[in-house]
Amino acid sequence: MRYLPKSPAERALMLSAIGVNSIDELFAPIPAEFRLTRDLAIPPQMAESEIVDWFRARAAENATGYDILLGAGAYHHYRPLVIDALISRGEWFTAYTPYQPEIAQGTLQAIFEFQTMICELTGMEVANASMYDGSTGAAEAVMMAIRITGRSSAILARSVHPEYREVIATYAKYQGLPLTEAAFTANGRVDLAALDAAITPATACVLIQSPNFFGTIEDVAAIADVVHAKGALLVVSIAEALSLGIVRPPTEADIVSLEAQSFGVPLSYGGPYAGVIATREKFVRQIPGRLAGQTTDRNGKRGFVLTLSTREQHIRREKATSNICTNQALIALMVNIYMDVYGRLGIRELAEQNLAKAAYARKALGAKATILFDGAPRFNEFVLQTSQDAYEISHRLAAKNKIIGGFPLRKFYHELGNAAVWCATELTSRAAIDTAASEVDVSQAVATEVNR
Amino acid sequence: MSNQDIRKVTTHISQNEGLIFEHSSPGKKAYRLRALDVPEVDAAAELGDALRTESAALPEVSEIEIIRHFTRLSTWNYAIDHGMYPLGSCTMKYNPRVNEVVARLDAIAEAHPYQPEQNSQGALRIMKALADQLIEITGMDAITLQPAAGAHGELTGILLMRAYLESQGNPRKKVLIPDSAHGTNPATAAMVGYEVENLRSDARGMVDLAALEAQMNEDVAGLMLTNPNTLGIFDDQIASIAEILHRKGGLLYMDGANMNALVAKARPGDFGVDMMHLNLHKTFSTPHGGGGPGCGPVACKKALEPFLPKPIVVEAADGTLRLDYDRPQSIGRVRAFFGNFGMHVRALAYIMANGPDGLRQTTEDAVLNANYLRKKLEGTFDLPYSTPTMHEVVFSDKLQSKLGIKTGDIAKRLIDYGFHPYTVSFPLVVHGALMIEPTESEPLEELDLFVDAMKSIAQEAIESPELVKTAPHSTRLSRLDETAAARKPILRWQPGTK
Repeated sequence: MRYLPKSPAERALMLSAIGVNSIDELFAPIPAEFRLTRDLAIPPQMAESEIVDWFRARAAENATGYDILLGAGAYHHYRPLVIDALISRGEWFTAYTPYQPEIAQGTLQAIFEFQTMICELTGMEVANASMYDGSTGAAEAVMMAIRITGRSSAILARSVHPEYREVIATYAKYQGLPLTEAAFTANGRVDLAALDAAITPATACVLIQSPNFFGTIEDVAAIADVVHAKGALLVVSIAEALSLGIVRPPTEADIVSLEAQSFGVPLSYGGPYAGVIATREKFVRQIPGRLAGQTTDRNGKRGFVLTLSTREQHIRREKATSNICTNQALIALMVNIYMDVYGRLGIRELAEQNLAKAAYARKALGAKATILFDGAPRFNEFVLQTSQDAYEISHRLAAKNKIIGGFPLRKFYHELGNAAVWCATELTSRAAIDTAASEVDVSQAVATEVNR
Repeated sequence: MSNQDIRKVTTHISQNEGLIFEHSSPGKKAYRLRALDVPEVDAAAELGDALRTESAALPEVSEIEIIRHFTRLSTWNYAIDHGMYPLGSCTMKYNPRVNEVVARLDAIAEAHPYQPEQNSQGALRIMKALADQLIEITGMDAITLQPAAGAHGELTGILLMRAYLESQGNPRKKVLIPDSAHGTNPATAAMVGYEVENLRSDARGMVDLAALEAQMNEDVAGLMLTNPNTLGIFDDQIASIAEILHRKGGLLYMDGANMNALVAKARPGDFGVDMMHLNLHKTFSTPHGGGGPGCGPVACKKALEPFLPKPIVVEAADGTLRLDYDRPQSIGRVRAFFGNFGMHVRALAYIMANGPDGLRQTTEDAVLNANYLRKKLEGTFDLPYSTPTMHEVVFSDKLQSKLGIKTGDIAKRLIDYGFHPYTVSFPLVVHGALMIEPTESEPLEELDLFVDAMKSIAQEAIESPELVKTAPHSTRLSRLDETAAARKPILRWQPGTK
């Protein structure tokens, strides 16, 4: 086996040094009845070239070279080449958690920089080293609000990513944490009056997403006023991190849970991505996950360490703020590099391009069908209501035009019928948008024909 | 001992480097966007009050500065690619390069999780193949690939336990956890609403069967057992343990952190385990990445299958694959989309490269390496449990602490010898523990260098204890003040500070 650095003679030498006659003696602690005496029924060893061929064949069974007009929590942005050039260095990707700071300063400093950039982007005072993703980060943010307030329930806006809400429901189920939902209005924003009525003295937090699952930007300040007036905390989930390039950060929030995938992380069929929790300094001891902090060595030189670990499971065990251990360090590094490549100016320019592409797409598609939730600002997503089934449109676009179309909303929002949420990023070409628009137009015509 | 006795490493120059913000100067750029092919829009008109008026103060730097910055920083890290990284229970094995290549193939890396299923057959096939092979490796009946890390797998497993017991009429109140367990175990049980009850180890380092018998009752949902445990000891009473739990209606959860000792040699499904997680970033070679991403699939027996997170990949009679969401008894989702798919790709590539014989040889070499170290270091360091060990060995600092040298000091001195330290002060059942897991990836030369280094440090503890207590001496930074870091946390850079 090519990954194993031993010759048969070396193995024999080692066995004799140990004082056993065969390797089987070292497995004697496993009762004989449980020792496997056959080969595992898995395919035989493959050559490296065969492995590459097999995965190339699988890749060919996926959509290849398609235009993507789909977001819904996972965004198709350009990934600067320096990201993979750098993270492919073994010093980054074959290291582990920086438990020994003297030989992990690279990782620690990179995390410290990441935390700083996340604070700058979100308008929060502290950020952690990362969470698994936006969905679990949102669940952890809700639990964090429960600990801070000592209250016992949470309200989730219905316009939060449906799969995020499902994850939160799973986390909340056995912690005696009742969840209720807040409706959205005709412009796609949270219904403030209904929210106000729903908050009780037991409400620890209200979770919203902005831009929300429909692409609508919430009025965070107005929601914060309602939430804070009742003594609850506001948790803001952000699935499209790039929106922060041009959309006002949610500075009125108490906790921000960000999915950073947009910043240089491959779509990779849904993961690995990187969540991150940012909050106010006063709540730092309730934050889950790892934190890098600045300190000095014995000679007074600046250095970085993992800190405030008394919050964590390896010290506090069942009283820890979370069970999280391994997080998404390498993905956070991608995000760090991405933010350096684009920087202060580029993140803004990119966000402006997204805004322009989505405005164009909204106009082009909106000319052929109906735009829902008009009347509130949006970033790079919008909802289109068609007379033809959204899945049929999506299938036809894929088969005929090599375009991945909008996400049909019926699965999670039955009342929205044929509506789908579409996305345009800096990578979406005008030609692809025009093609999609004419295809939607054809669909409309076909549907009209059928209805007649 | 002088540094001349250190054979593995020589100090060399490493570049100094500030924070990336300290290179920033207004107007520097590392990007150029394409020309916009649609009309520009007036952002203020589009966004109104939602417009960001002040740009985030991200660094403004050029491409060469980014390359140098992260290259310089990288040289301050120790990594598997440098040498042995014997963190116990972390399984720091070689990360094959073919894994990285196949995970980056365009249509794999750029697959959108919501693209239509007929355009995702390759991705679904990868997930199905990995699922099937992990089921065979564990001897279980079903699996979910959704959990994002080991602790997340534990959470999923204990949620399954609870959902199953609830379906039987009583979720019960407590989970038993041995005193040698990883901290994630009790933290997980608490997240699922269970009280944690500590279970004692016996003199051999195994579960105290009498204690288990006494503590097991209808209030106990189950036991979370790491096997081999964190001492590297395979609990040979495993069948009795399972029997005691099952007799009173409880379940046996296995923490698969140490599965590198068992793959292709024994299957948890054959010895009474009801559900378990695997760490693909340990046993199946996906990179640790400086602290993630991991991946923690959970395998279970038939009776627990209906409760697995949704969706799962199913195959139709015509061979097409689809995602099955129609699972009414499911615990729900534990993560958006389908988990850390990029890690599924890498783990499958690893299994393909090994095949059944390669996996067996891998496990045998891992156990061989650990036993070799044990044999060579026994006597120099105190071995608190004489029970045979598998893939890792735990010593204590008992002999050295008499001289004022603790496990943490030995670890720091090991850095000067060119090694990443072992896991320090864990498991908690051993006072002053040195937990060493070499994995199969170490050649004999590297093991011998490690043995020499450890023996040399033991000698230094006698002859020049200050040298050990003040180590490391050859790193860019000396020991860092962790107390100060926690007392007055500085968690972000502020303009104008150093």
